[in-house]
Amino acid sequence: MDIDSAVAAGDPTGLTVALARDLDGAFERLVLSQQDRLYSIALRMLGDARDAEEVAQDALVRAYRALASYDGQRILELQLRPWLTTILLNLCRNRARRRAPVTLPLDGGGELDLQPPVLVAADRHSPHDSALRRESTRRWASLIAGLPARYRAAIVLRHVDGLSYAEMSIALGRPEGTLKAQVHRGLALLRAALERAEATDRREMTA
Amino acid sequence: MTSRTATDVADLEAALAGLRVRAPSTLAATTLVAVGLADEYATMPSPIGPVFVAWNGRGVSTVAVAGDPARFESAFRSQVGRPIRPATAIPPRLERALARRLVGDRAPIALDLRNRTEFERDVWSKALEIPRGEVRPYRWVAAEIGRPKAVRAVGSALGHNPIPLVIPCHRVVRSDGLIGEYSLGGPSNKRTILAAEGLDHDELERLARAGVRFLASDMTGIYCLPSCHNARRITDAHRVPLRSGTDPEAAGFRACRACRPDAALRAA
Repeated sequence: MDIDSAVAAGDPTGLTVALARDLDGAFERLVLSQQDRLYSIALRMLGDARDAEEVAQDALVRAYRALASYDGQRILELQLRPWLTTILLNLCRNRARRRAPVTLPLDGGGELDLQPPVLVAADRHSPHDSALRRESTRRWASLIAGLPARYRAAIVLRHVDGLSYAEMSIALGRPEGTLKAQVHRGLALLRAALERAEATDRREMTA
Repeated sequence: MTSRTATDVADLEAALAGLRVRAPSTLAATTLVAVGLADEYATMPSPIGPVFVAWNGRGVSTVAVAGDPARFESAFRSQVGRPIRPATAIPPRLERALARRLVGDRAPIALDLRNRTEFERDVWSKALEIPRGEVRPYRWVAAEIGRPKAVRAVGSALGHNPIPLVIPCHRVVRSDGLIGEYSLGGPSNKRTILAAEGLDHDELERLARAGVRFLASDMTGIYCLPSCHNARRITDAHRVPLRSGTDPEAAGFRACRACRPDAALRAA
């Protein structure tokens, strides 16, 4: 595959070409172009800033080692975004399993806590945001953390990260149709959880 | 479920897109260090005073006499060709491994010796085998790595040792008993480091000046290089100094299996 076909295959920056040619020379570009999205996905999947940084770093290190063991052709054929996402999500799953946090399912339909009891670290990277915006980010992060894992991954990849359904299908190994349904269902659960949380806020304010 | 309008959906999607954040500034830097595309460094004590130690995810990459950090960084960048930044401290596991090495424990330690020749790596691996407080001649190293004629190249490879102290090139000395050159600040540092390991090099030089090449025991019938721990165990009554020109085998001695003095002979 040459540069033109790599571009046609969804690699407009020619990064796979550069990686195939000189991994050590091009790897920093991969890190700089992917670190924000990998960190954001990990943060929303795990809910903890330190865990997210460790997992994102681990994913990039594993990616480097894998790339070092691949021949040029295999690197050229990679779809970097979904490929990195798969590595990251596997690490998130392992981390979450080790930590085994207490979460309440949002789709149980029964009694629900106002805020899922997952501690979501304050977003330390937006110090200039208004308190209001921070509060809203915290609420959404917290609502997402309460989603069952399969909906959470679908929602985070589609709406936080902005992957296409085709890329998500590669990253998660699920058919696009399934993913669309999971995103749809996930959004409905989020909306319901938000309404319940707001209703509770109102009750508390009038109490 | 409540009916939803297009605006609701757009609001929800915008809220979720707002959960995208920037990675902490430490992420890229630590990742590049972890894969060995950048290094960190800190100061460590040594018998010759503080030294800089640099490392990355592949292992220790450099040891140098500590001085002006800016100068060290620019020398590192130009010689090694990687970015480097100061760390607040040596990572605890690495610090323990370094400390163990410096007191003579030969437990494995990860070293980053990329982009070095096979010959250099052979010479440095051989130097790593020399026990603390003992020395071997350049010629011995050349013979042991199967390149008996490459004595000068061995000296040059040891002079280019990027990780002195950890790779103990200070334990390789001249075949005539003189202490030889030292890349980490000159021969007097070499003497100081050997003294800290319990080796009196002046004594070795006195023996060499007296023409003594090996020490043998008439009890065991074994001969050694003078600094070998087995040679030091020979009591005065049984110590037989062997001068250059003497063939130890013809005199009825066999070579010590620890210091292999015959390697130096074969290369002569």
